[in-house]
Amino acid sequence: MTSLEPVLRQHPFFAGLDDAALTLLTGCARNVRFAPGQPLAREGRSADVFYLLRTGRAALGIPSPRGGTITIETLDAGDVIGWSWLFPPHLWQFDVTAVSEVHALALDGLCLRGKCEADPRLGYDLMKRFSRVMAARLAATRLQLLDLYRAGPHDFPSPEPP
Amino acid sequence: MMPIPWRVAERWDETADTFTVALEPSRPGEPPGFKPGQFNMLYAFGAGESALSISGDPSLPGRRLHTVRKVGTVTSALARLRPGDQVGLRGPFGTSWPMTDLKGRDLIFVAGGIGLAPLRPAIYHALRFRADYGSIRILVGARSPADLLYAAELANWQEIPGVFREVTVDRGTAAWNGHVGVVTKLIPPLPLDPGNSAALICGPEIMMRYTATALREKGLPAAAIHVTMERNMKCALAHCGHCQIGPHFICREGPVYPLDRIAFWLTQREV
Repeated sequence: MTSLEPVLRQHPFFAGLDDAALTLLTGCARNVRFAPGQPLAREGRSADVFYLLRTGRAALGIPSPRGGTITIETLDAGDVIGWSWLFPPHLWQFDVTAVSEVHALALDGLCLRGKCEADPRLGYDLMKRFSRVMAARLAATRLQLLDLYRAGPHDFPSPEPP
Repeated sequence: MMPIPWRVAERWDETADTFTVALEPSRPGEPPGFKPGQFNMLYAFGAGESALSISGDPSLPGRRLHTVRKVGTVTSALARLRPGDQVGLRGPFGTSWPMTDLKGRDLIFVAGGIGLAPLRPAIYHALRFRADYGSIRILVGARSPADLLYAAELANWQEIPGVFREVTVDRGTAAWNGHVGVVTKLIPPLPLDPGNSAALICGPEIMMRYTATALREKGLPAAAIHVTMERNMKCALAHCGHCQIGPHFICREGPVYPLDRIAFWLTQREV
């Protein structure tokens, strides 16, 4: 069986991670594939993994009370999906569904939490990586909330003078 | 400067609140050419005048396209125009996208919402003189799939060799399989050569600021990033001061600026 270490090493999320840490993480990783429409995660279910997207597109969404799912954002190759495995109660906060065929690495959260507790250096490194992703997603979500492209208070195009 | 009469040759809706008018000169003679990024002052008789970017092909100066969003009295009056109606036109005014200076470079166009309209003449130019430029990347953000401008052209551009086109919307629909998220998210995965690339950005100022930041993080120097500024232009002659931002009269020294010239004013409040 081919080791997943080179695949982990090439993923942008783990850029610059040292060899020892990569070896440790490889023990928690497995290859997964999802067909279009197939769920990667469901809101409220146990979050025991996170995903590193290698190819394809996945949609992060919230189930609508009226049926269907409202897509908040899409994630593509190079992105990471899921940090609920890090924090109690370890439940997915969103639905994640494959939009196109998705190839990803799934990393076992339970296995990783154990390794992070035993090795705080690894834990801190991982926490920093996830924090960066969270900060970027938060900034993007804030911009999205501004609804910049509607005509109105953001003045694009400028309102005409009376 | 007196408005010259131009005739509406065609008018069509682009989205629920945005339309395009194709204008042709009412008087005989060769109309003045225009450069990508320039704007005209369009006078809707009885309603008033508005500064509007030219959204058509600069190689067709006799057919002047304007893509307009209904946001007030003048643009609503323009929306009611029908073929055969007349408008007054002054222009073209302002600076242009520096297409000559950018020869040999990879181009990254980033448009937000109706910001695609002032960029489209530059895209037409780059596609017409394809051999003059390296790769062409067109990144477009819109509010929703229904708000996307020039959907058919966006699809066609994707098919052109050497052209990479990505579209993202802030709010998807069940039928939408493309990106959902802000346009700045399309920049980090872009493979680009910062020393030989240039970016042309048009959209709301906040969007342009964050787009420029994302491009700077990819190593693109500020001088290689160009933005177009949106302000209330009244006279278009740098006399009235309505479009002034700090020391800049956008109508004359803009609307297109290299980022290093205007970046300070993009972060100032209430100017």
